[in-house]
Amino acid sequence: MTAVASASHADAVPLLTVEGLRCVFDVSKPWLNRVLEGASKQSLQAVDDVSFFIPKGETFALVGESGSGKSTIAKMIVGLLRPTNGEIRFDGTDITKVGNAAEMRRLRRRFQMIFQDPYASLNPRMRVDTIIAEPLRAFGILSEDGAIATRVAELLRLVRLDPADGVKFPHEFSGGQRQRIAIARALAGNPEFLVCDEPTSALDVSVQAQILNLMKDLQAEFGLTYLLISHNLAVVRHMATRVGVLYLGRLVEVAPSRQLFTAPRHPYTRMLLDAVPDLAMSGRQRLPVQGEIPNPITPPSGCFYHPRCPLANERCTQERPALVPAAEGYVACHAVAEGRAA
Amino acid sequence: MRDTPTALPRVSLQQKLFRLWDSDIAYSFRQSPVTMAAGFVVLLILIGAVFAPLLATQNPFDPSGLNLMDGKTAPMAVNEFTQNSYLLGTDDQGRDILSTILYGSRASLLVGFAAVGLAMLIGVTLGLIAGYRGGIVDSIIMRIADIQLTFPSILVAMLIFGVFRGVLPVQSHATLAVPVLILAIGFSDWPQYARTVRGVTMVERNKEYVQAARVIGLAPLTIMIRHVLPNVLGPVLVIGTLGLALAIIAEATLSYLGVGVPPTQPSLGTLIRVGQEYIASGEWWILFFPSLTLLALALSVNLLGDWLRDALNPKLR
Repeated sequence: MTAVASASHADAVPLLTVEGLRCVFDVSKPWLNRVLEGASKQSLQAVDDVSFFIPKGETFALVGESGSGKSTIAKMIVGLLRPTNGEIRFDGTDITKVGNAAEMRRLRRRFQMIFQDPYASLNPRMRVDTIIAEPLRAFGILSEDGAIATRVAELLRLVRLDPADGVKFPHEFSGGQRQRIAIARALAGNPEFLVCDEPTSALDVSVQAQILNLMKDLQAEFGLTYLLISHNLAVVRHMATRVGVLYLGRLVEVAPSRQLFTAPRHPYTRMLLDAVPDLAMSGRQRLPVQGEIPNPITPPSGCFYHPRCPLANERCTQERPALVPAAEGYVACHAVAEGRAA
Repeated sequence: MRDTPTALPRVSLQQKLFRLWDSDIAYSFRQSPVTMAAGFVVLLILIGAVFAPLLATQNPFDPSGLNLMDGKTAPMAVNEFTQNSYLLGTDDQGRDILSTILYGSRASLLVGFAAVGLAMLIGVTLGLIAGYRGGIVDSIIMRIADIQLTFPSILVAMLIFGVFRGVLPVQSHATLAVPVLILAIGFSDWPQYARTVRGVTMVERNKEYVQAARVIGLAPLTIMIRHVLPNVLGPVLVIGTLGLALAIIAEATLSYLGVGVPPTQPSLGTLIRVGQEYIASGEWWILFFPSLTLLALALSVNLLGDWLRDALNPKLR
């Protein structure tokens, strides 16, 4: 399925296209401290020129270490953060440039987010039915109490919860049940696109699979498109159609899931996969894990990965590699382009 | 799925009362004899203040009901002229001290509660805005609060009180004394509420449930009121209770200094000010009983506040 889906990428109409996305945070000290200590302004490039697209009905996963900018991209897409530059086109409309509040509301209804921590993403002082009904009221989908109650019950059943649970408070549920409630809330407005920011990383392993399978079922039932943010490669392998690997805010490799897991190109992707102990990868030479992710305030020159890369040479330290097509995906690596990679 | 949802079981009042009795807070209340005693004292004074017209043997501030011959009767003693006896004695005008205390705590509690309510309203609103908006709005609000905190709050209250007296016509001073006092104390106490609420709001703002509300597209004001406010009220309740004791004392201080309520509708502070004039001449009860009431009230409210702070702190459970 994955191979077919990715082969037909050129013709598939992308639901979401991200182009040249950049996010710079000002991490300077307060003005007074700067003046007194003579410090200069400092900025942090959290996301640096990231481009990808997600065809309708597919799951695109973004993977990377902590601090690689995964969540920042998710937040920019759902409008929690303003991109410094770049375009986010959702079904043809650049959502970073929508000035009209009414139009933005119509667009927002079509994409929602599932958060990482189900213990923090539900207001502890609200009953579950109120939480799930909130998007219905906010988007003006339903206003009559009876209709809302019916829809909330339907949504609870959809995520395999008992409609009678609606009167309870979030603290009366387990982590997995809470994440189901969060999914029900996200689905309330009948969205087409869901941003899932590490949806299972706060859950027990036994519950993770249930939530992921629920997400897959819902995707099949409603034709949902997912952007999955995760650092868990097993989750990504299970869910994703295509995968983008982020390193320090830059995409280093984008490939169909199957290809990425069987034949990773970029040395960083290989290191990530080698770090997973239970994947069967005998027969291929492993690249050793070296060093840590650098400080993004003072990133290395050239390819950000060169201080850790076993294949790095002079060019890598000076010239930033571009994301170029490789097999069915894209990779940004001089070593791969020059054929130095084994 | 067209079927109607099953009748959702809402909890009855009886169940609610049982849950309240069974809750952690009620449990910690039952476990602390000091808190129960403090609660009893506050309840007693509250009942006395609210039902003062029914409980008091006389209206001490209605001159027609007073007999000057009853003046300066010692507690429990029999007056040599009228043969009347008063539990806590009388003052120089023949007012029953117990009745003056009942009416006096009325004024004190009214000013205390209203001033705390006003300070909370201002403080919570500004704190929410400062914490949620951040940036320049936050800086401006908090610098104003900081500047106000550099002045003793009693000084600020006196300043506000003085300004109002200067602006308002003289004949309205007596009738407007209590509202002005409430404004003065309320305006001088808001920074601590604003600081606390701002701090908690900044924590809550970054939680995912607030982000979820933003993704839904709720307006900032709706998010602040519906989502953030209910989650910052715990600490507000605690400092509100502690603030009540402070407000009662502030009112007493202002009245003691003579800038508070007039002697015709006195508070505990006024009673203490009047009473101190007689301490040297031996009529100790005129000063002693109002002071004791104020002390008991302020101490009990403080103890309740301390208990509430600990009871709401999950780390101390």
